Amino acid sequence: MGQSQPPSQSMTLSEKIIAKAAGLDSVKPGDIVTCAVDVAMMHDSSGPRRAGKMLDELGVPIWDKDKLVVITDHYTNDEDPNSVEIQKITHAWVAEKQLPHFLPEQGICHVVLPENGFLKPGLFCVGGDSHSTTAGAFGAFMVGIGATELASVLATGEIWVRVPETLRLDVSGCLSEGVAAKDVILKLCGDIGIMGANYMVVEYGGEAVKAMTIDERMTLTNMAAELGGKTGIIAPDETTAQWLAATAASGVDIKTWQGDADAPVAKTISMDGTAISPQVAAPSNPENAADVSEHAGTPVGQAYIGACTGAKLDDLRMAAAIVNGRTKATGTRFFVAPGSNRIRDAAADEGTLKILEDAGATILPTGCGGCIGLGPARLEENMTGISSTNRNFVGRAGEKSSKLYLGSAYSVAAAAITGEITDPREFL
Amino acid sequence: MSDSNGTGRAWVYGDNIDTDQLAPIHSYKNMEAEEGCKFCLEPLDPNFASAVKIGDIFVAGNNMGIGSSREQAPLHLKLLGIRAVLAKSFARIFYRNTLNFGVPALVCAEVDRINTGDELRVDALKGRIENLNTGETLECEPLPDHLMAMIADGGLMPHLKNKLQRE
Ligand code: SF4
Repeated sequence: MGQSQPPSQSMTLSEKIIAKAAGLDSVKPGDIVTCAVDVAMMHDSSGPRRAGKMLDELGVPIWDKDKLVVITDHYTNDEDPNSVEIQKITHAWVAEKQLPHFLPEQGICHVVLPENGFLKPGLFCVGGDSHSTTAGAFGAFMVGIGATELASVLATGEIWVRVPETLRLDVSGCLSEGVAAKDVILKLCGDIGIMGANYMVVEYGGEAVKAMTIDERMTLTNMAAELGGKTGIIAPDETTAQWLAATAASGVDIKTWQGDADAPVAKTISMDGTAISPQVAAPSNPENAADVSEHAGTPVGQAYIGACTGAKLDDLRMAAAIVNGRTKATGTRFFVAPGSNRIRDAAADEGTLKILEDAGATILPTGCGGCIGLGPARLEENMTGISSTNRNFVGRAGEKSSKLYLGSAYSVAAAAITGEITDPREFL
Repeated sequence: MSDSNGTGRAWVYGDNIDTDQLAPIHSYKNMEAEEGCKFCLEPLDPNFASAVKIGDIFVAGNNMGIGSSREQAPLHLKLLGIRAVLAKSFARIFYRNTLNFGVPALVCAEVDRINTGDELRVDALKGRIENLNTGETLECEPLPDHLMAMIADGGLMPHLKNKLQRE
C-alpha cells in the first residue's frame, strides 16, 4: 500500500488464468471479473435435467457446443426407475442438441474429463459438480457451480468470479512408504478444518508434491472442496506434460502457465512430508482426521475403493501392494469401483485387478456408485465402513445410521484384510 | 422484489449459519419454496420466519451459509422478504447463490456494531450501511455495477432474460 504498483504486478497461476479469461492484463484477490469459459462440464445429476431444462426455458442455444462436455456417472448402472429416467433425459437432451462431446458411462466425470484431453494448463473451466476442483492437477482453473449458474454459462459462455486469495500448502521432503496424497490432504483438513480455505484457491507445491504422479495430485486438488476452497491448483511441469501427451489435449504449454515466484499469497502452510503418517478421518466430517493409530482396531463391515478421489490407477496399485496375496477378512465386504473404464482396463492389463480379485474384492462398474450410497456398496443400517472417497457426512454413503471413515487406498485395503482399521505400513 | 437500497430492521445472528438451518431438509424435499420458507432458520430461531418483515436485513458473522449448495437456502430468505444479507464472511456457494437470486450479499467487517432491531439503510451499490439507531455508518466491500444490475433485475435468470431480449 502507498507505493506505486509495478505495471504488470506479480500474479499467481490462478490469477494469470483468471486475468486471461477476463481479458485483463492483471487481476488481484477481491476483484470481481467476468470470465469467458473455455470448458463447461456437466453430469447427469445437475446437467441436462436441471441446467438443460433452465436453458430450454430461456429459449436460447448453447453458446458453443464444442466447449461443452456431458458425462454420465452419478446415476449410471442403477436399475432404480428414477435413475433410469435421468439417463433417458440426459441421452435425449444430448441427442436433441447434437452435442459433439458426450461421454456416457465411461467413469467419473473428474477422471473422464482429463482422460479425454479436455483439460490443460491455463484453461478456465466450470463444472456442475463441487469436485470440479480436481482439474487443478492439470494447471487448469476449474470451479464447481450450481445448476442455475450452469444454465447461465450454457447461454452466455461467461461467468463472474471473485478473484480468490491463495492458500499455499508446501509439502517438503518425501512421503514415507505407505503414505499417500490422501493422507496429506486429510491432514490439512484436520489442521485447518473444512472451511479453512473458504473462498481461497489452494495451491499445492513443494518437493513432495513435485514428486507426485498426476493421479496423486488429483487427490489433492479434488479435496480442495473439503476445505471450502474455490478450487485447487498445482503448477504444471514435465509430469503434467507427459500425462497429457497420452491424451487428445493439444497445445499444452507448461512454460507460460506458471505463477510468479514473488506473487503475494494470503497464507502459506508448511508440512514436513517425511513426518506425515497415514491419516483416517472419523465419522462424519473430513476434518476429523487423525493418525491411523488413533482408530486402529475399529471393526469395519465394508472397505470401499472408489470415487473421483480414490480409484485412479495409482490408488488401485496401492491397494494391490497391500493385499498382495492376502485374503480379505470374512465378514468385511471389499469393493473396488475403478474411477473410469480406462483405469479398469489398464488395471486389468497389468494384473492389478487380478491381485485385488484374488484377495476377495468385488469389482464394481465405474461411476459414483458407493460414494453416494448407490449400488452394492451402499452402507447398510448401522454399518461402519472405510473408503477412499472424499466425504463422510451423515448418510452420504448409505443409511443415516451408518458410519464412514476416510483413508487412502492403502489404509482401505489394509482394513479389508484385517476387518478393522489398520496401519497399512504393517503390510509393506 | 424489494428495493435493495431501502431501510429495514436488522436480524442479527452469529457465525456458521448453515444451509440446514436456512433450509431444513423437510422444508425443501417435498415442498415448494413458497411453503418451505416458513421453516427458514427454524432450528435456531423458530420465531424468525413468522416475525420477519418485507425489507428486513439479515446480519451474520463468519461463514454465512456454510453447507450444501442447495439453492433453497438463499431462496427462503428472499421469499421472506430479506432485502440484503450482511456478514463478516460467506461460504462461497451460498454467496453466489444469494447474489444469483437477486439479493445483495455484502461483506462487512463491522457487523458487530449492529443489534437486532436496529433500523438500517443499506446502499448496496456504494457498499454502505447506515445504522439509523446509532447514527453510525459502516463500510462494506462494494459490489461492482454489473452485479448490481443483475440484482436490480431480480437475479441471474431474469437478468439473462432481459439481456437476451435486448440483444
Ligand atoms: S465420485 Fe463422489 S465425489 Fe466424485 S463426482 Fe461422484 S459423487 Fe461426487
